[in-house]
Amino acid sequence: MTILHVEDIVKKYGDFQAVKGISFAVEKGEIFGFLGPNGAGKSTTIKILCTLLSLTSGKAVLNGFDVSKETLKVRQSIGLVFQDYSLDDRLTAEENLYFHGMLYNVPRELLRERMEQVLKMVDLIERKDDQVRKFSGGMKRRLEIARGLLHHPKVLFLDEPTIGLDPQTRRAIWNHVINLRDEFGLTVFMTTHYMEEAEHCDRIAIIDHGEIVALDSPVSLKAQVGGDIITVKTNQNEEIAKLIQERYNLESKLEGEFLRLEVQDGSSFVPQIVADFPGAILSIHVHEPTLDDVFLKLTGRAIRDELISEADRAKQKVRSFRKGKR
Amino acid sequence: MNLFESIMKTIYVIWYRELIRFRREKSQWAGMVMQPTLYLVFVGTGIASAMAFRGLPDGVEIDYLTFVYPGIIGMSVLFTSMFSGISIIWDREFGFLKEILVAPVPRWAISVGKALGIATIVSFQAIVLLALSPLAGVPLTWKAALGILPICALIGFSIGCLGIAIAGRMESLHGFQLISNFLTMPMFFLSGAIFPLHTAPDWLQWLMKINPLTYGVDALRNVIYDGIPTALLMVQHSLAYNVTVLTLFGVVTATAAATAFNKTE
Repeated sequence: MTILHVEDIVKKYGDFQAVKGISFAVEKGEIFGFLGPNGAGKSTTIKILCTLLSLTSGKAVLNGFDVSKETLKVRQSIGLVFQDYSLDDRLTAEENLYFHGMLYNVPRELLRERMEQVLKMVDLIERKDDQVRKFSGGMKRRLEIARGLLHHPKVLFLDEPTIGLDPQTRRAIWNHVINLRDEFGLTVFMTTHYMEEAEHCDRIAIIDHGEIVALDSPVSLKAQVGGDIITVKTNQNEEIAKLIQERYNLESKLEGEFLRLEVQDGSSFVPQIVADFPGAILSIHVHEPTLDDVFLKLTGRAIRDELISEADRAKQKVRSFRKGKR
Repeated sequence: MNLFESIMKTIYVIWYRELIRFRREKSQWAGMVMQPTLYLVFVGTGIASAMAFRGLPDGVEIDYLTFVYPGIIGMSVLFTSMFSGISIIWDREFGFLKEILVAPVPRWAISVGKALGIATIVSFQAIVLLALSPLAGVPLTWKAALGILPICALIGFSIGCLGIAIAGRMESLHGFQLISNFLTMPMFFLSGAIFPLHTAPDWLQWLMKINPLTYGVDALRNVIYDGIPTALLMVQHSLAYNVTVLTLFGVVTATAAATAFNKTE
């Protein structure tokens, strides 16, 4: 059963197209991921599907309701966990849930019971009377997930849910999400730029510059890359790239001080290349393709690079700002 | 889904949140009591000993403290309600506003709940300020004490809505200081709270007449001076007139507040 159907949605800001005609469908009980660098249009799309943004053209139907017309019904059908925290930190955990339950018109006789249920699920029952400002980042996130489930939504939207959390908390949150899907058949729609996280999804749409460039299961996506990824550092990168091309008919790509190759079977290729170029190879590294490699293959850029350059840009801004101040 | 029930629950829960937050903000309480007390005791006493009102009938004297006391109640209500309304910016900054805005409820209900919460808080504040009446030399009658509450609630509701209407349309905290200085302060100065309207120069009178708070302060004088008939000479309009103007102002600001969050980009 299709719970979310998106057809050719476009979002324009003036001349800039943030989302350029995206189409996909999400089945009930699926964990569906949006993977892409910052600014790819992930959050814009999520906001459109959650009725927080209007769409320029196209159509999206969630749980049978039109996202741009039946906004209140769509909102009743979804649970949301935003990228930034959205709790009232002067209220206790329980009060935050109570308010949510009232806003979503959860029947009074059910509300108390459900609050207890979700608090137990995220392991916060003992902290229910504490004000949220005393909570750690992970606890806040867990409480937000609990809150998002209180009104029994059909689809849970998670916009970068684990950003800034430690690996242990991240794992715990993922266990919750997977349990929810298995137990209640909840559909989960999430965005992330962590590759490791995207692996948990049933299907992933890779999004870049407002377009879906690939949509498949993580396994099939990685199979597109084919074989293993080898990165070699040599004393003569350009020369050796040419020789590799001649000898094995393999395309290699220069990445910083490394050559990057895709081969069918890494374990047999490594001894061969080391034997063929005695003394020239300084280091060699083999790994199975990751979603990052898939992204690289599809767009010619690595998501990680984008993140780094993003950070650089931010630093630059700070620097020029400081200069300006002087 | 029952829309009416959902709207009532929303109004209730937003109102309730306002009260919980107020109850927990102990420093705000202190400020609410301290500020008016300081104004009355220091500024009021100082000015009282330096001046007398012009144009009063022979033999009638009105103490400045008696005059300024309703004005100080008006000032407290103005500040509290404006800042509470604008506090929506903090909700935006800290993310909670998003939680409210994606809820399956009409957004005007959120503004109404918030404004009612503000009205309730300023009524509490007014009760506390009644305790200052002996300092001001005002013998409070029951009628006066009970009359103050709905008037303060009405002022609080209207000004609260004004704050919400402004904050809902503001994207960042930058404008906050600007508004508090360039809107709240003139509204206070020009409300007839600290000097009477009828002795002011024409241009100033004109500014005072378009200030909605003027009618709030005048309404407060109307009821507070119930026990001291001579002080009623300081009142400009009838209570009914004042309340009508305030109500109209409230309707306008409530409309502006109700549509403050309607925008979807």
